[in-house]
Amino acid sequence: MLMDGKDNVRYKTFSRRAALIGGLQFAAFTALASRMYYLQIIKSGEYTMLAEENRINKRLLAPLRGEIVDRFGEVLVSNRQNFRVMLVPEQTPHIEATLEKLSRIVPLPDRQRARIIKDARTSPSFLPILVAENLDWETFAEVNIHEPDLPGIVPDVGDTRHYPYGPDLAHVVGYVAAVSEKDLEGKDDPLLKLPGFRIGKSGIERELDQELRGRAGASHVEVNAYGRVIRELAKDPGVPGAQVSLDMEVQKLATERLRGESASVVVMDIYNGDVISIVSAPGFDPNDFNIGISQKKWDALLNDPYNPLLNKSIAGQYPPGSTFKPVVALAAYESGMIDPNQKVFCTGKYSLGSHDFHCWKKHGHGAMNMHDAIMHSCDVYFYEVAKRIGIDRIEAMARRFGLGDTLGFEVPGEKKGFVPSQGWKRATRGEPWHQGETLIAGIGQGFLLTTPLQLAVMTARLANGGKAVTPRIVRKVGSELAQNGPLPDLGFSQSGLALMRKAMDSVSNVPGGTAYRSRITEAGMELAGKTGTAQVRRISRAERESGVLKNEDLEWRQRDHALFIAFAPVDAPRYAISVVVEHGSSGSGTAAPIARDVMKKVLERHPQREIAMRRSNEWREG
Amino acid sequence: MVDAFFSSGGGRDLSLKDKFLEFNWGFLLLLFAISSMGFAMLYSVADGSFDPWASRQMVRFAIGIVILFVAAFVDIRLWMNLAYPAYAGALVLLVAVEFIGFAGMGAQRWINLGIVQLQPSELMKITLILALARYFHGLTHEEVSRLRNLFVPAVLLGAPVALVLKQPDLGTAVLLGAVGVALLFLAGLAWRYFIIAGVGALAALPIAWNMLHDYQKRRVFTFLDPESDPLGAGYHILQSKIALGSGGLFGKGFMEGTQAHLNFLPEKHTDFIFTMLAEELGLAGGIALLGLYMMVLFFGISVSLQTRNQFGRLIAMGVTINFFLYICINVAMVMGLLPVVGVPLPLVSYGGTAMLTLMFGFGLLMSVYIHRNMEITRNPSAFW
Repeated sequence: MLMDGKDNVRYKTFSRRAALIGGLQFAAFTALASRMYYLQIIKSGEYTMLAEENRINKRLLAPLRGEIVDRFGEVLVSNRQNFRVMLVPEQTPHIEATLEKLSRIVPLPDRQRARIIKDARTSPSFLPILVAENLDWETFAEVNIHEPDLPGIVPDVGDTRHYPYGPDLAHVVGYVAAVSEKDLEGKDDPLLKLPGFRIGKSGIERELDQELRGRAGASHVEVNAYGRVIRELAKDPGVPGAQVSLDMEVQKLATERLRGESASVVVMDIYNGDVISIVSAPGFDPNDFNIGISQKKWDALLNDPYNPLLNKSIAGQYPPGSTFKPVVALAAYESGMIDPNQKVFCTGKYSLGSHDFHCWKKHGHGAMNMHDAIMHSCDVYFYEVAKRIGIDRIEAMARRFGLGDTLGFEVPGEKKGFVPSQGWKRATRGEPWHQGETLIAGIGQGFLLTTPLQLAVMTARLANGGKAVTPRIVRKVGSELAQNGPLPDLGFSQSGLALMRKAMDSVSNVPGGTAYRSRITEAGMELAGKTGTAQVRRISRAERESGVLKNEDLEWRQRDHALFIAFAPVDAPRYAISVVVEHGSSGSGTAAPIARDVMKKVLERHPQREIAMRRSNEWREG
Repeated sequence: MVDAFFSSGGGRDLSLKDKFLEFNWGFLLLLFAISSMGFAMLYSVADGSFDPWASRQMVRFAIGIVILFVAAFVDIRLWMNLAYPAYAGALVLLVAVEFIGFAGMGAQRWINLGIVQLQPSELMKITLILALARYFHGLTHEEVSRLRNLFVPAVLLGAPVALVLKQPDLGTAVLLGAVGVALLFLAGLAWRYFIIAGVGALAALPIAWNMLHDYQKRRVFTFLDPESDPLGAGYHILQSKIALGSGGLFGKGFMEGTQAHLNFLPEKHTDFIFTMLAEELGLAGGIALLGLYMMVLFFGISVSLQTRNQFGRLIAMGVTINFFLYICINVAMVMGLLPVVGVPLPLVSYGGTAMLTLMFGFGLLMSVYIHRNMEITRNPSAFW
């Protein structure tokens, strides 16, 4: 069959039109290619930027809070993984149902559930909300396993502050806790608004909060279209931590020795002020505050008669008792009104007008010079000396030793203590000063109040030749090493100081000294101390006559405070210590043995300390 | 009878050997090359895994090749005889989908035939071409432009378009309509009809607009101003443009497309696969694919020009135009030149029905090519 003419026409038409369509197709492809060229070459820069903006989310991630280490690099405060569960509202069809399912794995009290639902309503639906945190590994693993059945639930690992030593360091390093409304006032650090962010609330955590917290920003994460983080592109390397002068080994021993007591130990270097150990007992677990303390635990802490929340080392104020006697003696020595060799005869009591002042030794010490009066802690001698030199000389001397005022210590919350004077009494009470008050001030009682830290500083100044040393604990923040300039001289009489040191040596190392039983016997490690037993109740005349009640027969609150101060080694002093045991009954019986044990440990570790110090000095110079 | 069925309309029968010799193997290679780019992208979408998309797509391509061979080796005259029954079958399915079909992606498109799920509208794309080609094959040049002869093609074209619109599937309706109109044009319908239809369409535009579904209107609005609602409906177009633009000349590298892999791109294994390709392989990759496509189009057009029977010519052009429209609408869409309509990128997008119908279409094209020298009488239906 041949094509007829009519077929020929329609084939020609077809071919013409097919060519036209082919041409149109080519034109269309050219247009598409041009459009591609436009988008991918001409506008490429712009779109590349947009793609990066899509991909990269400048997410405010809290930098890892700086660690705190002790003098030897032992980690005192660190960060550990915090297993938590988040909820992304937009990824779940029904929040309540999801939470209900989750609560079979993670217990969710109604109050917490209400909080989550409220958060979900008020924040953008793609932002994760904290559901529960600090889960244990088993629970967290179970949530992970059930994740497919829990739409919107995102298991997540964050960082949380960890205090491995718990109560042992609670007061000195402090703790972190959630940011409160008050913390936000006048602050514009965006980190503070991060959900779950913690700031330092007490101790060094608070003092160095800014430094340990680090700066916000600069953390880039890759996110997908739903805002879920795919990977972290760059994270701030974390904040360089801080080093403190503490020696955790000493701290541990001191804590152990104070177990069961309401007490404080402060040990410091008498030349540079480095605090080697500072313990306030009992402690509390700072981890509780980080996680959010339960009402029950909080009430228990508040109602504990041993007051675990008080940092007794810096905020506990106690009459110094007989530990104050070297100060009075030096005031007398410098006044020139007392010859240290002149003897005062102690019969066991001292009469002023119609009032009798008693010595702790009921039948008296006999004739006492200044050295012996300190060695035996004779009260009558100091009544006499105090009466002669007057309260104002005592006050002035006490202040030179750092009493009656804060010392600028880095741990917040220092109390001033109190040193009375004639002027003070007249101004605030409108009453004249009574001589009897001078007498009891002479034995460290009455209005006088000191903190354990002040007692340690007082001892240090006595031992270091009268240099105005102040305590410090932060050695290094990041790479900044704390530096002390030369210490100002307090202008004490060196012969007077030598006499005091000699007398304190006798207290500990000469038979008959009040702390002889608690001496250090290792050669070269001997300490020189001074006991103190501060009365907290008034002893009535009737009781005095019928026989003073023994401490064991009194209820805890009525017992005397036990105090002890010391420096060591006695021949070349380097460290000072103060021990205060609330209602510990007896300075020589309770406080001195603690001081001995702690000081021995300090001295044993002294060579290592020296090595560590030399190393850090070399590092600093290099 | 059977013999007549196979040999109606005259022309010499070709042996199987002849058909093998005539088969254009280069074209098959071309299809394989295009599909392979699809496999690679589907592998990338799954973050470097053949599962779940690439492997299945390969299986479908293999099945498609079988279909292609079968379709190609069937005598062109048999296809001619099957044209109307096939069309009728597809139309029945299209009606049936209204009643027993189920919805996917918000439209009533799928029908479950026991083992396979079928989109009758896809089938219709081929059978419509067959039916129209069959019809116009029987008309002389003069007869084509007679008004009374327009009734049949108007029904052939109008019925499926109306049914598909009702599903609703605007994209497929446009494709069907465009292919049908192109075939009318190629068959030699006088220009005046197209001018009248054009004017009429413009006039009817407002009415048509009111008949669109809300989501279809929204797509058009979004298309006109994608930046107006970057987090809403315009999001997809914007993200697609960002992906393309950030690809640059050579792309971000295979499996390195951030827009795609971080899920900023929607439907990246189906409708937006071209975007992903251009993001990862850049302008170079995109142009390469378009180049391969153009070779297919060139082959189709040249087949139609060589063919010595009108049925074959119309089939070849119909298949080619259908293919072209797929590409053009899809690529223009992902580049923000057309509203978002659900049209896949042929041979590359993941999807079973589309792959199989395309391969069937190419099988027809190949059949036309093999039988290109066969002349068929204008009215072979004498036996019918």
